[in-house]
Amino acid sequence: MSFFSRLINPSSHSAATAKERLQLVLAHDRINIPPATLELLKEEIISVISHHVEIDRARVQVEVERSAEGNRLIMNIPVLGTASATKQAARSVRERKAR
Amino acid sequence: MTGRVITITSGKGGVGKTTATANIGVALARRGQRVTCLDADIGLRNLDVVMGLENRIVYDLVDVVEGRARLRQALIKDKRLPELTLMPAAQTRDKLAVKEAQMIKLVEDLRKECDFVLIDSPAGIEHGFRNAIAPADEVLIVTTPEVSAVRDADRIIGLVEAAEKPAPRLIINRLRPSMVKRGEMLDTKDVLEVLAVELIGIVPEDEAIITSTNKGQPVAFEDRSPAGAAFTRIAQRILGEDVPFMVFDDTSGLFDKMSKFLKR
Ligand SMILES: Nc1ncnc2c1ncn2[C@@H]1O[C@H](COP(=O)(O)OP(=O)(O)OP(=O)(O)O)[C@@H](O)[C@H]1O
Ligand SMILES: [Mg+2]
Repeated sequence: MSFFSRLINPSSHSAATAKERLQLVLAHDRINIPPATLELLKEEIISVISHHVEIDRARVQVEVERSAEGNRLIMNIPVLGTASATKQAARSVRERKAR
Repeated sequence: MTGRVITITSGKGGVGKTTATANIGVALARRGQRVTCLDADIGLRNLDVVMGLENRIVYDLVDVVEGRARLRQALIKDKRLPELTLMPAAQTRDKLAVKEAQMIKLVEDLRKECDFVLIDSPAGIEHGFRNAIAPADEVLIVTTPEVSAVRDADRIIGLVEAAEKPAPRLIINRLRPSMVKRGEMLDTKDVLEVLAVELIGIVPEDEAIITSTNKGQPVAFEDRSPAGAAFTRIAQRILGEDVPFMVFDDTSGLFDKMSKFLKR
């Protein structure tokens, strides 16, 4: 990106937004579930996983990939947590369970 | 002889199917292939004007199907390129005037006389689309790099697969390299990643398309314009040649020019 376009429009990158929106809309078009349900599914999976490891919620991607064998639901979940963070998460889960 | 039947379609309207059909037809014919372009957009015909042959229409596809004209009477030979012919659609008839079986029969007759039948499909997923797909050996899907067009292309890919045709190939039309560079337009690789199809060509946004359509002289008659060169490359790929995809180093954007100027 050129200097001037950044200057005028610092954080637009609408192409990235377009790609993200497309992936979501195609995910629900392909497996025929409503967008809101897909969004809920995503949130629930994020919450389950983040009990155990620290993840980068903002960069989670949901996609339905079409292939000869049928559709596959794919979630890409970037992990932030180091081993210690993971242990800490495990501890907090144990504590929650103990309560 | 039996020619290859290639249908050019899209989900969303106005993305460049007719433009692509005319230009790929011209590019193939310039390479010595005998080509018939068939306008399957009954009621909204346009291929005739894009090819510049509108004044020579006497009979159309529906006349042939209903037995009022013979195939050869309806076919229009392009005087600029003897290998190129047009089978025009009817303008004043309803979309439902032709049945799927009739379309298949018509194309079977046409393919005996040439190397390629290119079918210009109407937009949408209804009767006209199904008619255009039914006779096809191969399908090319046109999209622009926009969310709505790509979404509709995905729907069409599913329908083409359901019709048990071979995997369709994609034409990305009206790409604007300067916008891609700024991160403001979906790039080729984004579109391919999302749709998971094979690419057959990238056609840039080009004013020459508009001026050539004004004149009824498709850009692919010459390779000078970026779009003309892009359609020629698509024709070469259809013929099995291994041509690299064009890299557009478009630095015509105002911002790019100013940046370049400053860097000096
Ligand atoms: N690469 C391009 N650069 C500039 N203009 C273009 C390009 N491709 C197509 N156009 C313009 O876009 C418009 C729509 O093109 P065209 O008629 O080929 O689309 P279509 O998909 O056949 O539409 P329809 O769904 O109505 O049949 C036309 O005005 C055409 O000149
Ligand atoms: Mg058209």
